[in-house]
Parts: sequence; structure tokens; C-alpha cells
Amino acid sequence: MIDFEISENIANMKNMVHMLAENMMRPAARKYDEEEHQKPLDFINMMWEDSKRRNRARFEASTKPKQEGKPEKPAENSVMFANVIEELSWGDCGLYLCIPGGLGVAAVEAVGTSDQKERFLRRFTEGEPKWGAMAITEANAGSDTAAITATAARDGDHWVLNGEKIFVTSGKAAVQDSEGFVVVWATLDRSAGRAGIKSFIVEHGTPGMTVTKLEKKLGIRASDTCTIVFEDCRIPLDNILGSSEVQKKDSTSGFKGVMATFDATRPMVAASAIGIGRAAIDFVKEEFEKQGVQIRYGISPYRMTAVERDVQQMEANLQAARLLTWRACWMMDRRMRNNLEASMAKAKAGLAITLVTQKAVELMGPLGYSRELLLEKWMRDGKINDLFEGTGQINMLIIARRILEYTREQLK
Amino acid sequence: MLSFELSDDQRMIYETVRKFALNEMRPIYRECDEGGKIPPEFISKAWELFLIPNNVPEAYGGVGEPRSAVTGAILAEELAYGDFSLAVCMLCPASVVYPLIEFGTEDQKQKYLPLFCEESFKPASAAFMEPRIDFDLPSMQTKAAAEGGSYVINGEKCLVPLAADAEVILVYAQTDASADAKGVQAFLVDKGTAGMEISEREKNMGLKALDTRKVIFKDCRVPKESRLGGEAGCNVSKLLNYSFVGLAAMAVGVSKAAFEYARDYAKERVAFGEPIASRQAIAFMLAEMAIEVDATRLLTWEAAWRLDKGLESDREAYLAKQYAAEKVLMITDRAVQVLGGHGYIREHPVELWLRNGRGFATFDGLVTI
Ligand SMILES: Cc1cc2nc3c(=O)[nH]c(=O)nc-3n(C[C@H](O)[C@H](O)[C@H](O)COP(=O)(O)OP(=O)(O)OC[C@H]3O[C@@H](n4cnc5c(N)ncnc54)[C@H](O)[C@@H]3O)c2cc1C
Repeated sequence: MIDFEISENIANMKNMVHMLAENMMRPAARKYDEEEHQKPLDFINMMWEDSKRRNRARFEASTKPKQEGKPEKPAENSVMFANVIEELSWGDCGLYLCIPGGLGVAAVEAVGTSDQKERFLRRFTEGEPKWGAMAITEANAGSDTAAITATAARDGDHWVLNGEKIFVTSGKAAVQDSEGFVVVWATLDRSAGRAGIKSFIVEHGTPGMTVTKLEKKLGIRASDTCTIVFEDCRIPLDNILGSSEVQKKDSTSGFKGVMATFDATRPMVAASAIGIGRAAIDFVKEEFEKQGVQIRYGISPYRMTAVERDVQQMEANLQAARLLTWRACWMMDRRMRNNLEASMAKAKAGLAITLVTQKAVELMGPLGYSRELLLEKWMRDGKINDLFEGTGQINMLIIARRILEYTREQLK
Repeated sequence: MLSFELSDDQRMIYETVRKFALNEMRPIYRECDEGGKIPPEFISKAWELFLIPNNVPEAYGGVGEPRSAVTGAILAEELAYGDFSLAVCMLCPASVVYPLIEFGTEDQKQKYLPLFCEESFKPASAAFMEPRIDFDLPSMQTKAAAEGGSYVINGEKCLVPLAADAEVILVYAQTDASADAKGVQAFLVDKGTAGMEISEREKNMGLKALDTRKVIFKDCRVPKESRLGGEAGCNVSKLLNYSFVGLAAMAVGVSKAAFEYARDYAKERVAFGEPIASRQAIAFMLAEMAIEVDATRLLTWEAAWRLDKGLESDREAYLAKQYAAEKVLMITDRAVQVLGGHGYIREHPVELWLRNGRGFATFDGLVTI
């Protein structure tokens, strides 16, 4: 039965997070934009206390064997996450991206063995804040993840990693500022192409791993983005995620496994974009109300102002992106294959947010351009969502291949 | 709780209507467009689906299934996927039947509803739009003035489908010179009422199979009982919302048809040694079309769902329709582009979809669900 009502559970959570976003994130947003590379410690600590509790429950659930026979309530974790992330990003996307945890944690959660979960995830239930970063991108391999050149080689009981990773979100937090880890993509056999690429978990403080550069960015300045160099970095054999077997050249099933994490995370990036877009629209509409500017619906374009038309377009695009995102999450919660839908959500949200935040700046005139308000910041922050975790074009490529039933060789 | 799944009933209706669209509409729609005619056999076959009587209460001869805008949107999409002109023709009586079910007085329901539950199709229609560049609901210029026991209607309507044969036309008119949208009411005007003049058939860019007329009212006097809902009247904004959602759903159907055709063509057509679909310039157009078909459908369903729930939907229904109108144009235009010069030729359907798609920005109140 088609239904657009989020459950009470999610609605309550959304309200709670919204309050936090309003009271704790908005007031700090500008400061950590202007003071790039400063850590918003108060916010991080507060979020950590809360996430520890949640992580404990999740950790127990993920390591306990499933009980058979008990009728399960329909899962709604993804839809819940998407709503929480929308609220947090409404508060501030830069701060949201600082929250302990990270993509590396998601990867271990998704494909780690129970031993790996014990070794790498338990720490998120106790002690000081920690991060788990994900390092795929290299200077010469961004969209083309299969072109990475970082290597892993077996040496007795260890893997030895060599290479340089760039643009690692929370990389410094994970390996230098906390007892975290980073999941690194490296190839065991370059001649095997995609099949040779594996991911490895590297503990903070492992000799041979160094943070060499912190990027200065257009937006999301509260979030650290760094370069990590691996020089003969030795890690235990069982720090590999998934099997170490290099399948024959044409087989990409191992690679596909790693890529599948994106089906879960892309809708979350979309949700984050939507949060920023909503912040901009909310602001614009509130300002209009104060100034007595009305937005009318259902009238002829001859009576409509250009501003009304803009706002209507912003609203429709944002809602379209939100519904595509919810659909991708809903499918995920039902364990349906959502790779097409996840990319649709991400591609649409990336475009929608760009339109919405850029228009919002324009609609507020000189106010929009001023750093006194957050609009210009939202426009800068928002753009990242059309870039990381697959650029808009890469998501279009995925969609096109799916609808055409083409392989990557047929559509490059 | 959030769900994107059709109910069993909806799935059944979807499958029935889709089959009908493919088997009964697709084989004839080009001929209908060229000839400007819809064969009576088609109309009777379509009536056998019983789509409209299905929602008429049993007391008036119907099946008594409660009306659902979501279900309506699902079936309107599939019908328009078959063909837009034929779909509007099939659903035309709904423009009278559904407002009657929603707002009609007991007498009005008894008088009209049974007519539309019979074995054979009875044309009926709504007259909403007016031939002006700046037409909208708040500036409705057709007037209905109360005079003693009757209303006197004056004004001009256009794009009234099946007007020439309609047993009854639901005419929208302003009742209060000083009011805007809130003063607009609807009147049941029977065939042949003096003062209602049905003009020559209109010649439109699209919707060519469908007979649409300008209808002119000159001191057309109707008894006050013919005002929909009697003294209480009706909520025209609500009726319009259903129409917005219906039109949006039909735009999705046209978009989907164009997208699928262009996608399949792009895989077949070879240029420079490769299928054109293997070039990003084409593939990305198709990907964007696919995204927007789904995006528009979800916006439409959400607005429909709000209507079904009785939630405030003025904004959502309007935005869904506006968005759909913009996207159907983008998608049908891209479909022509993907086919290149061949898309311009009437042997392929994409030019027809572009002509039909262009209309959605204009149509208001043309269909309901
Ligand atoms: C703030 C920030 C945080 C990040 N965090 C992380 C992280 O935590 N971990 C990580 O591993 N990476 C991270 N990244 C990297 C990010 O995922 C990449 O920047 C992104 O995937 C694009 O790669 P690129 O920058 O090398 O661009 P390129 O791949 O060089 O692309 C350049 C342009 O070409 C287009 N393009 C590329 N290939 C194609 C194609 N086949 N068809 C059509 N167009 C194409 C792209 O869309 C883009 O417009 C982050 C980046 C930023 C900016």
C-alpha cells in the first residue's frame, strides 16, 4: 500500500535531532567554517556520548546470531538514518561530517567477519570519540576507482601496504587524533584489474602510516580531509576485509562486494544534501514571511512573480529528491537490490541541492552573499554532495548502464 | 508507515489497465491521431473495464469501491502510457461523476449517477478552461449570476472534451463578482440547454484524436438545483487538486512511453560503428529521463496520497502538476532528439508524444481521477 507517512518512531527521532541541530549545530556552524581545521570538540563529545549508547545496541545486534522464528518488525533503519542525517545536515553539514564513526565503520559493519567486528567495532561503544575513515581515492584515481595503484603484498603473517591516498574524510581524526582506523583500498595484483583490489583495515598508530596534508576546501570546512601515505606499512593478515583470493581476471565479484557499500551510503549522501537544501528553503520562506512576500500556488504565470516560480521549483525539486531517497532507503530496509535507485537519489539530490542553494543565495540579494547569514555557506557546503561518493556523472553512468543493461565495456 | 509498494488491488488494476493500453490503445493511437477520430468500438471496449462505475456507490448502480486518488493516479498513468487522447476520452465522464460523488446533493446523484453505470458509455464533460493567455482559477471570467430561482451563466470555455455529445457538462463559473477562487462554483448543464452553444471542433497541436470544443454561454439559464452541492456548493480547489494529480499522472504515462521508446531505439541504432546508446551524450539523456519519470511519479503519488488522507494538498497537487508538465516536455523533447531526424517523422510516435506533452502546462481541469 503506497504510503508516505514516516513511522511515529522516526518522526519522534526527527524532532529530537531537529532540536539538537537548531540548538547545538546552528550556533557553531559559522565558527568552524571560519576557523578551518579547528575541531568542534563540544559538539563531538556530545554526539559521542549519544552514539556510544546507540552503537552498543547495534553492536550487540550485529554480533549476536539471529534468532529464528521471531516475527520481525519491518526494518526501517535506512529510512530512519536518512531522516536523522537530513536533520543533522539541516543543522550543519560540516559538523555532521565530524561526528565520530564514518565510512570505514560502515564497511566493517557491512562485510567484516565477527572477529573483525569485535576487534574494530567494539571501541565505538566505549571510551573516547573514535573515527573509522575510508581511503579509496588517489591523486590519479578518483572516479576510476579501479585505477588505484596503492599496493598490498603478503609477507609472512602480514600485509605490507605502499601508496598514497588523498581526500580521506576524517582521516586525521581516525589515525592521528583518536584510537580509530582507516579502511584502505589497495591492489594485490595489478594485472588482475578490479579483481585484485581489496580493502584493508589499518589501525591508528601503525608504523609506516602518516598524515601528510590537510586540505583547504570550498565548504564543509569543519570536516578534515587529508592525505595519508603508506610506506611499508605492515598490518596483520586478518585485517583484510573479505576474501584474499584474487579471482580470475574477468571476475569482479570481490570488487562488486566492496562497491555494494555505496548502495547503502549514497542515499545517505543524498539525505544530507536534502537537509542543506531544506535549510536554505526554510530560511528563504521565513524571510519572505517577515517581509510580507507571499508564495502563491495554482495561479497563472502571468500573475506569478519570478520569485514565486523559483521557490516553487526549489520546493518541487527538493521533494522529488527526498522521495527518491526514501525509496532507495525503503528498498534497502527490505533487502531489495537498490543500486539503480540509490544512484537516482544521489544524482537527483546533487543537482537539486545545487539549484536550491544557488537560487537561495540569489533570492536574498546582497544578504545572500554576505557571511553574516549562512546561505552562502550552504551553497559552498552543498556542492560536495554532487562530488564525493560518486560524482553526478558517475551516478548517471550507473543509471544509464542499468536502464540500458550495458556493461562498463559497452558504456564507458 | 512509509511504503512504495502497490496494494494487491492496485497491482491488479495496474496490470489490467497496462494490458489494455498495450493491446487496445497502442495498435490504434496513430490512426486516431491522424484521422482525428476515436472508433466507437474502442470506446465500448474501454467502457467494459468499468473504471468509472467501479467507484460509484451501489445505491446508484455502481460497484461501490471507494475512490482512491493513488489508485486513480496509477491507472491514469497506464492509460496515458497507452495514449493520452484515448485516455482523456475514456475518463471524460469522471469529470462529472467524481465531483457528484464528492459534493452532489441526493437529488443530483440520483438524477445523474445511474446514467454512468449503464452498459454503454455515456459522454459527459467538464468546462473549466477559458481561452485567455492568463487564465487561472482565481480569475475565472465565466459568471453565474443568481436570479430568482435560477442561475444565469455567461462566458466562454475552451478545450471541453466530447462537448458536442455530452449528456451533461459540469461548468465552472464565478458566482461572486468580488471573490477570487473561493467564489467559483460548478453547475450541471444538461445537453441542449438554451444559451449553451457548442462551437466548431477545435484544432489543437496535440490531443488530435479527441473532439474538443469551445463552449459559449449566453444568458444560459439553469435552475438553482443544478448548482453542484446545492446551496452548500462544492470545494472547487479540492476538485482542481484531483485534476492536477490526474494530469500529473498522465504526464508520467506519456513520459514513460517516450523514455522507453527512446531507450530501445538508442540500443538498436548504430552510428560510427556503435549503438548510439553507448555514447554518454545519449546515455545521460536517457538516465535523466529515467530519473525524472520516477521523480514525477513519486511527487504525484505523494499528492494523491495526501488527497486520500484528507490532508491539505493545494500546494502538493499543484507542484506535482507543474513539475510533471515541465518534465514531460523535457522527456518527450529528448526522445525526439535521441531519434534524430527520424524522430521528426510521423512514422515514429515520439513527435506525437511531444505534441501531447506540450499541452500539460496548459491543461487545467481537463481530467480527474
Ligand atoms: C571533501 C571531500 C571528501 C572526500 N572524502 C573521501 C573519502 O573519505 N574517501 C575517499 O576515498 N575519497 C574521498 N573523496 C574523493 C571523491 O570521492 C572524489 O573526489 C570523487 O570520486 C571524484 O574523483 P576525482 O576528484 O578524482 O575526479 P575525476 O575522477 O578526475 O573526475 C573529474 C570530472 O570528470 C568526470 N568523470 C570522470 N569519469 C567519468 C566518466 N567515466 N564519464 C563521465 N564523466 C566522468 C567526473 O564526474 C568529474 O566531473 C573526497 C573528496 C572531497 C572533495
